[in-house]
Amino acid sequence: MARMKFLCDADRCIECNACVTACKNEHEVPWGINRRRVVTINDGKPGERSISMACMHCTDAPCAAVCPVNCFYTTADAVVLHSKDLCIGCGYCFYACPFGAPQYPKVGNFGSRGKMDKCTYCAGGPEADGSKEEYEKYGANRLAEGKLPLCAEMCSTKSLLAGDGEIIAQIYKERVMKRGYGSGAWGWKTAYRETIES
Amino acid sequence: MASFGRFIRLALGAWALLVLVTAVPASAQQVNPTASAVKEQQLLQELNRIQGRVSIPDQRSGVLEQPQGREWREFRNVTLRWIGGIAILGMIAAIVIFYLTVGMVRLEAGRSGRTIVRFNGFERFVHWLTATCFIVLAISGLNITFGRPLLLPLIGFEAFSEWSQWGKYAHNYLSFPFTIGVVLIFLMWIGGNIPSKVDIEWAKRGGGLIGHDHPPAYRFNGGQKMIYWIVVIGGGLVAASGYALMFPFYGTGIEGMQLAQIVHSIVAVLFVAAMIAHIYIGTIGMEGAFEAMGSGEVDVNWAREHHSLWLDEKARTGPNDGQPQPATAAAE
Repeated sequence: MARMKFLCDADRCIECNACVTACKNEHEVPWGINRRRVVTINDGKPGERSISMACMHCTDAPCAAVCPVNCFYTTADAVVLHSKDLCIGCGYCFYACPFGAPQYPKVGNFGSRGKMDKCTYCAGGPEADGSKEEYEKYGANRLAEGKLPLCAEMCSTKSLLAGDGEIIAQIYKERVMKRGYGSGAWGWKTAYRETIES
Repeated sequence: MASFGRFIRLALGAWALLVLVTAVPASAQQVNPTASAVKEQQLLQELNRIQGRVSIPDQRSGVLEQPQGREWREFRNVTLRWIGGIAILGMIAAIVIFYLTVGMVRLEAGRSGRTIVRFNGFERFVHWLTATCFIVLAISGLNITFGRPLLLPLIGFEAFSEWSQWGKYAHNYLSFPFTIGVVLIFLMWIGGNIPSKVDIEWAKRGGGLIGHDHPPAYRFNGGQKMIYWIVVIGGGLVAASGYALMFPFYGTGIEGMQLAQIVHSIVAVLFVAAMIAHIYIGTIGMEGAFEAMGSGEVDVNWAREHHSLWLDEKARTGPNDGQPQPATAAAE
């Protein structure tokens, strides 16, 4: 099985937010929740870079480690998913996540946290693949259909890469070699404890 | 005229050649747009987190990366469990050993049959309001820290999740009456809980816990004052840090919430340990103590043995404070 990863080539990202829009539309993500966002660092200054970021589906995921009810699980493709039936909306995964991926709908009094929502790598949840229940809770399950995450598919500059970690790392390495520069695989060290030498 | 034109052409040509010669080495090298680009590791070293601008309404998502969640994870999964386990199990073990060796602190003079009002109805209401909230908060809180390794394997995912969900609701909602209780406790008993010289003497004599010693005390002895300040300061800290967690991003960021959780959980487990001792001494640990918070009236002999100065005070002031005199109570 492949070890699925995301890689955002920051030297290509033009902050068009197509990935954000594609994600929101594909999964009918409710208002106020963003599974993916584009962060621009040093905005307007020389050396400005934009990075598209969502759940990185970490190795030894911190969210899963701190969850009080153990609602996370890792698929055979190393995608980190969770069960909304088990989630109690405590917020702990959000404290532990290095990438700010977990999101909570504001429900009930005092806008307390509802069931956590995050990027599923377009792989749905514990319900039957492609079922209505799965779609309502987690969005589309493209992986089960043999497709890759839509954010990366729709990336206008092919900055955002999704797929087997080794293959996308190879693609990125070739790019860096050809063009002669690269600001690295953002978040890889934190998420996967490894970097791409370039 | 022609020579002038030739001169111009020559000058232009020379200039163009010069430009070419100097420019060629520069253009041969590829332009590196990342030379001034932001570097992930450098940014992380500077601030331990990376933040930028986002164009979506949720400005908080501008934090791109904050790897210190790893340290918080270590605290939450390892350090806290050790602190909590040692504090709570250690306290229980100490109490069991104490109970088995020394046993209940008896009323040495036996019951006199006469009682004196120790806590009025309002005081007892506030005490039990805070106490019942505390027990639910403690159990639901300990469940968050210890439930996954201890309870989940026993009852399974669904049942444990359901129970934890209700625990979360109870924890959130009961925090309000608990906080009110702590504030009322602070206000209504502050008068009797200012540390004084009597407490030093009391502490020197070990509170009279061992042997048949009965160091003098006013309404609250040294140990009770300690409990009072644990409740007021500990309660204040758990309330403040708890609300920071309940209302995310009101005045805190992710680091602030990690810190709030650390303060909240450490204070809470120590608080639980202290309250186990408090519950013990108020029930099976001391004869005649529970009545103070039960009916509100204690036996005069109990008051004489444990709060002699308070009893003297009461006898002097008499019914002026609206509470029945020992003599009146005895007449009934």
